[in-house]
Amino acid sequence: MIKVEHLSKHFGRVKAVDDISLSVNEHENLILLGTSGCGKTTTLKMLNRLIEPTHGKIFINNKNILEQQPEILRRGIGYVLQNNGLFPHYTVAENIAVVPQLLKWDAKRIQHRVSELLEKLHLSKDHLKAYPNELSGGQQQRVGLARALVADPPVLLMDEPFGALDNITKTKIHTEFKALDELKRKTIIMVTHDVQEAFELGDRICLMDKGKIVQTGTPSELLFKPVNKFVKDFLNEQRLQLEFKAIKPPPPPEGGAFELHGVIIPGDVSLWWILEQFKFSENESISILDHQHKKVGALGFEELMSAFYQYKQQHSHE
Amino acid sequence: MNNQQQTLWDFMREQSDKLATQTLEHIGLTFISLFLAVLVGLPLGILISRKRKLSSPVLGVAGILQTIPSIALLGFMIPLLGIGPKPAIVALLLYALLPIIRNTYTGITGVDSAVKEAATAMGMSTWQILFKVELPLAMPVILAGIRTATVITVGVATLASYIAAGGLGEFIFGGISLNNTNMILAGAIPAALLAIIFDFLLSRVQKLNTKKIKIAAKVLPLLFLVMALVYFIPRAYGSKLIAGFTPEFMGRQDGNLGLQSKYGLRIHTVVISDAVMYKAAYEKQLDVISGYSTDGRLKAYNLVVLNDDKGIFPPYYAAPIVRDDALKQFPELEKTLNLLSGKINDTVMTELNYRTDYLHESPERVAKDFLVSNNLWKPERGGSAGTVRIGSKIFGEQYILANMYTMLIKGYTDYDVSTKTGLGGTKICFDALTNNQIDLYPEYTGTGLLVILQASPKTVDSLQGNKDRVYNYVKTEFENKYQIKWLQPIGFNNAYALMMRQKQAKDLNVKSISDLKNYLERK
Repeated sequence: MIKVEHLSKHFGRVKAVDDISLSVNEHENLILLGTSGCGKTTTLKMLNRLIEPTHGKIFINNKNILEQQPEILRRGIGYVLQNNGLFPHYTVAENIAVVPQLLKWDAKRIQHRVSELLEKLHLSKDHLKAYPNELSGGQQQRVGLARALVADPPVLLMDEPFGALDNITKTKIHTEFKALDELKRKTIIMVTHDVQEAFELGDRICLMDKGKIVQTGTPSELLFKPVNKFVKDFLNEQRLQLEFKAIKPPPPPEGGAFELHGVIIPGDVSLWWILEQFKFSENESISILDHQHKKVGALGFEELMSAFYQYKQQHSHE
Repeated sequence: MNNQQQTLWDFMREQSDKLATQTLEHIGLTFISLFLAVLVGLPLGILISRKRKLSSPVLGVAGILQTIPSIALLGFMIPLLGIGPKPAIVALLLYALLPIIRNTYTGITGVDSAVKEAATAMGMSTWQILFKVELPLAMPVILAGIRTATVITVGVATLASYIAAGGLGEFIFGGISLNNTNMILAGAIPAALLAIIFDFLLSRVQKLNTKKIKIAAKVLPLLFLVMALVYFIPRAYGSKLIAGFTPEFMGRQDGNLGLQSKYGLRIHTVVISDAVMYKAAYEKQLDVISGYSTDGRLKAYNLVVLNDDKGIFPPYYAAPIVRDDALKQFPELEKTLNLLSGKINDTVMTELNYRTDYLHESPERVAKDFLVSNNLWKPERGGSAGTVRIGSKIFGEQYILANMYTMLIKGYTDYDVSTKTGLGGTKICFDALTNNQIDLYPEYTGTGLLVILQASPKTVDSLQGNKDRVYNYVKTEFENKYQIKWLQPIGFNNAYALMMRQKQAKDLNVKSISDLKNYLERK
């Protein structure tokens, strides 16, 4: 889907991005992770040519984007900024409708699409005529997401999208983010410096340092097969929590799911997510459902913990 | 106080035609200039927000323009654009530029970079970003700049009357010259009101919400244009010749009012500053001007004085006036000052003024040359029998006379001299004399009669413009009222006069004001 070959960006003598190559599969969620100044944001901004590369090639759907007209390219790529970058002089509805306006959709189609997204992102219709400064931080970020999604672009670039939110709002939005069906159809590249967020949302993580890629892999690959000391040290501080987030419970039968307090939970959630629902009460258990949503078993705290140790041992010894 | 307001109100009612004309001219000038300033300043501001390297030179130049004194800027405009509205509009435009350029620049560069990045990332082109994002967000700041520019322009536009472009400055500067408070206020109050009203209205526009500001941005230029058109309404009647009169001359009985009532002279008249009037006549921008009969520029610009055949301009014979107690204190003084009496006629004075005003020789040198060539000069005695204090008003002729008296007193007596030259106008000089700050200064009989004694029209009529009768009248009255003595006249008459270019006067065969009137009435 997205292929980056030998990409570099030099600012004078500083090599902000130094000869990196990576590829992202369709519908994958790739996280660019690293500390400030590691080159992750520069890499992201080269993908929609907010920054022009010094060297290298970028292909999206096998088309070299450096040969496309930048404005046309950008209208086909969703972009979410850290501080949302909403237009303060536009209402919520106008903000969301920016790209469709540029694409010259007719008014009815725009209106229909805007209200559809509003509903999916749990924003009330009353907000349509509000201005961004009348919304809370979380609401603003949702409008920013709606604006990026409105024209249904196949690719979504997100630059620290939840960086400005407090922890409680962030957790809530993370949950919604994972549940949003629109996003499941997207190829997403997201920049963050927040390791927890990377592990929670990423299919794969690309850890960068000093303009170079140190390691690319799934969360558990980074945790249990670090390529060097840098990767190990980078994840060490919050290791236990990360492990819980990287490891999944024993999967339910094919097509099945879990259920807790009457809420259906997808089968691929992390152990951390389930344990959080338990709120540390050992007596809780989660139901295992088959593909017809019939209860076929249950997982308690003990079972989950032993699954955790098993997984860890297996992978540490490999 | 109440009485004062009443008379101001009366003055405004009496002059309501002029007031309306001047106000409309003022509004028109302001908005033509503003409209053009926005037309130039806004694109310039956008340009320098794109090419930051240009920002310091452009803002620097606009800043320098702002620091040029307004009168000097108007003066620079005359050789390029002549007199009238054109140079005034250009000068006003230049003054309005800085706040508009700077605020456009600040407004656009101040737009949150995240918002600009978002706009780019959404796929907007540079022009779309400019019109949809940057300009709307910068609009309150840009409007603040236009607001500042408006207030500046309303203020500076009063100076337009210096170069015959009209406006409320005509009343203000006429009032200052005539020491007529009501006239000053009749110009100053409407000008201040205009500034306050426009400032208030634009502040309301600035506070509009985003939706309405979009509409305002479209309506405002139109509104400015309509207001600008107002300037062209008052231009009513024309005539074969154009006259340029000073604001002071416009309001005086022994000026334009007399020309109208006694001669019935009707000529297309513009109001213009004394400083540029002579040159404008020389450059054929004006045909008839009001001036002083001994002004050096008369010679410099080949102008000729029209004969005042009905005698509306009272004589302005110059003579030193001295406090009686100073004459007692310095017994030699009167004799010495009278050495100059009858020695300088109109032609000589014009010549001397020409040397200081036009050739820029020092008044001291001109004075000495004259005394030497008339065998009046003696070297200083360096005496110390008391100090005589000489004052003068703030123009060349008075400086020359003060210098001559200084040299005479130092050469012929044992007194020392201190000079206090440049004492502004008549009122300041005369107050200095009566309050014992100076002992003497050169004064003119006409000024004594009309400005200091403020003689009634009846008295003025009874004197019939006769040189000796006026002199005797002021001499007696000054002695009685102020214990000040008029010494013997120096000889020249620096009166008001109408003048034309020599060649034109000859071609049209105009020698007197009556000739001029007859010429104008011929079809």
